[in-house]
Amino acid sequence: MTLLDIDNLTVRFPSPRGTYRAVDGLSLSVDEGDVVGIVGESGAGKSVSMLAVMGLVRWPGEVQADTLEFAGQDLKSLSNRKRRALSGKDIAMVFQEPTASLNPCFSIGFQLTETIAAHERGTAAGRRARAIELLGRVGIAAPESRLSSFPHQLSGGMNQRVMIAMAIACRPRLLIADEPTSALDVTIQAQILDLLLELRREEGMAVILITHNMAVVAETTQRVIVMYAGQAVEESPADLILSQPRHPYTAALLAALPERAWGQRRLQAIPGLVPGALDRPEGCLFNPRCTLAGERCRRQAPPELEADDGRVRCHTPLIGMRP
Amino acid sequence: MWGGNTTLRAVDGVSFSLAAGRTLAVVGESGCGKSTLARMVALIDPPTSGSLKFSGREAANAKGGDLRGFRRLVQMVFQDPYGSLNPRHKVGSILMEPLAINTALTQDEREHAARSMMGRVGLRQEHFIRYPNMFSGGQRQRIAIARALMLKPRIVVADEPVSALDLSIQAQVLNLLLDLQESFKLAYLFIAHDLAVVRHIAHDVLVMYLGRVVEYGLKEAIFEAPRHPYSMALLSATPTTDPASRNHRVVLSGEPPSPLDPPAGCAFHTRCPHATDLCKAERPAPRYVDGRLVACHHAERLG
Repeated sequence: MTLLDIDNLTVRFPSPRGTYRAVDGLSLSVDEGDVVGIVGESGAGKSVSMLAVMGLVRWPGEVQADTLEFAGQDLKSLSNRKRRALSGKDIAMVFQEPTASLNPCFSIGFQLTETIAAHERGTAAGRRARAIELLGRVGIAAPESRLSSFPHQLSGGMNQRVMIAMAIACRPRLLIADEPTSALDVTIQAQILDLLLELRREEGMAVILITHNMAVVAETTQRVIVMYAGQAVEESPADLILSQPRHPYTAALLAALPERAWGQRRLQAIPGLVPGALDRPEGCLFNPRCTLAGERCRRQAPPELEADDGRVRCHTPLIGMRP
Repeated sequence: MWGGNTTLRAVDGVSFSLAAGRTLAVVGESGCGKSTLARMVALIDPPTSGSLKFSGREAANAKGGDLRGFRRLVQMVFQDPYGSLNPRHKVGSILMEPLAINTALTQDEREHAARSMMGRVGLRQEHFIRYPNMFSGGQRQRIAIARALMLKPRIVVADEPVSALDLSIQAQVLNLLLDLQESFKLAYLFIAHDLAVVRHIAHDVLVMYLGRVVEYGLKEAIFEAPRHPYSMALLSATPTTDPASRNHRVVLSGEPPSPLDPPAGCAFHTRCPHATDLCKAERPAPRYVDGRLVACHHAERLG
C-alpha cells in the first residue's frame, strides 16, 4: 500500500533578488516497509523536500504540490493541529547532528517521555517504562541508569541512538533519517544502519534515508532517488543504479568515487560547481558540467522519462553506460 | 577542577617515518589521537617525550629561530575551510602573510609568488582581491592548500582535508593534492577516516586505536590482508558500492573506552572478538608479521 505519495512537489524561497526553487517538481512514492534512499550533493534539495513532508518549512518558504498524501490523508489541507498530531507520531524524523538536536538542558529520559506524552495518553510510570524499553531497543546498555544522563555525558553514537529511540517512540509508519550517520565513525555508522534496518524489519515501518554517501545507499536501500539542484534526475533500484546509471550525473558521481578509480592515480572529477540559488542555467540544470551535453540540453529542460523500473530526467539517457 | 588530576595519553608511543614524495595516512576513530599526532608533527603542540626528526635534525624541543626554521618545512591544511581562513582578509593577503612573516621578500615579490601559486592550485587571477566568503568549500580548500605551500614546505600535514567537501569536489581536491605532491616532491601526513580516500591516496597506512599504533605498513598489505582485528573491523565496516567486495561485516559492539582510563593489556580487548586472557593481562608490543608492524598477540593466527 502506498504510504507517502508526492507528486510535483515544489518548495520556493522568495527573496528580493529572485525566487530560489530549493525543490523543483519532485515526485516520490513510498510503500509500507520500503527503504528509499535520496542522494545528492549539498544544495540538491534532499533535506528541504523531507522538511516539507514533515510540515517544517518556515515562512517565507512556500510549499506547493499536486499531491502530498500520507496514508491517504491530504497533508496540504490538514489543519495545523492535525498535522502536528501526525508529525512525530506516524511520521518521525532523525536529524544529522544528534548532539545539536537534543536539548542540552534536559536529561534524555525527560526528552524521551516528553515525546511520548505529546502523542499518547498514559501514566508517568508507563512512560518511564516505555522509555527504558526504547533505550534498550536501540542498544543502549543499562538503559535505566541512562535516563538521568544529559546529552553531553553521552557520545555522538549514543546520542544518535537516543534520537532514534525518540523517533520510534510512537511506532511511526514512516521514518525519515536525514544523514543519520554522517557525523559518526564508520564502526558506529555500521551499528546505526544495522539498527535502522532491524527496526524496519521488526516494526514494519518504511524508511527514507537521506545521504550524500553512495556506498551507504548501496548497502542499505532498495530504491534510490538521485537529486541535483532541486530536481530528481534519476530513480532506480539500488543495485541497478550502481551497475547501470542512466543519468550522466549519476554516472559522473559514481566515477568520482575513489573506490572506483580502478587503479588510476587521477580521479574523474566533475568539473564546475553545483549551481547556486540564483544562477540556475537554462535547459537541463546539469548541462554546464555534463560531458555529453548537446545543443538541445542547453536550450530545453529535459522531460522526465519513465521506464518500468525507474525514471530519468535527461534528453540522452545512458543505456549500458553509453548515451 | 574535578577532584584529582589524571593524565590523558592522547598519543602513546607512536613511531613512524615519512619519505619525500610519499603519503602516510593515519586512520582511526574520533578520539584515537590522530589529530594530536598531526599537531605534534606540525610543531603546534610539543610532545611530552620522544623524538621528532626532520631530515635527521631533532625538532621536538626546538625553540626560537630553530623552531621557526623547522616550521617552514612543515605546513598544515585543516579540515574545515570555513573555519581556517580569516574572513576579513582577501585571498591575496592570506597567501602573502606567511612570506611576510618568514622571508625577506619585497611586497612585489610576495605578490608575484602568491599569484603564481594561485595558478598552481587552480584559482583565477581575479580571485586575488576577493574575500573567502565569496568562495565555495572546494575553492576555499584550494586557498588553504595554496597558503600551506607558500613557504615551499617539504611536509604537508593534512587533517581530513576533503571530508567536508561534496563528492564531485572531493575528487577535484584529491587530484590537486596528487599533482602538487608530484611537482613539489611533497611528503604528506594525511589524516582521514574515509578508508576509500585513504586507499586511493596513501602509500603507507598507520591504524591507531586509543592513542596507540595497532598496525602500520604498506597500504597494499593492510587493505588486502589486515592482521589486527581492529583494522579488520574498520575495513569491514566501511560501506562500498561494489556488491562483489562486500564481505562479511564484523560489527564491533560498544564504543572506544575513555582514553583517561584505558583498559589494561591490549587497549582493544574490550571490543575484540578474538580477545583472550593474555590480551587482558599483557600489552602487546608491536612486531613484524607478514611484512607490516602489528600490535596483537594473535596476529599470526588471525588474517
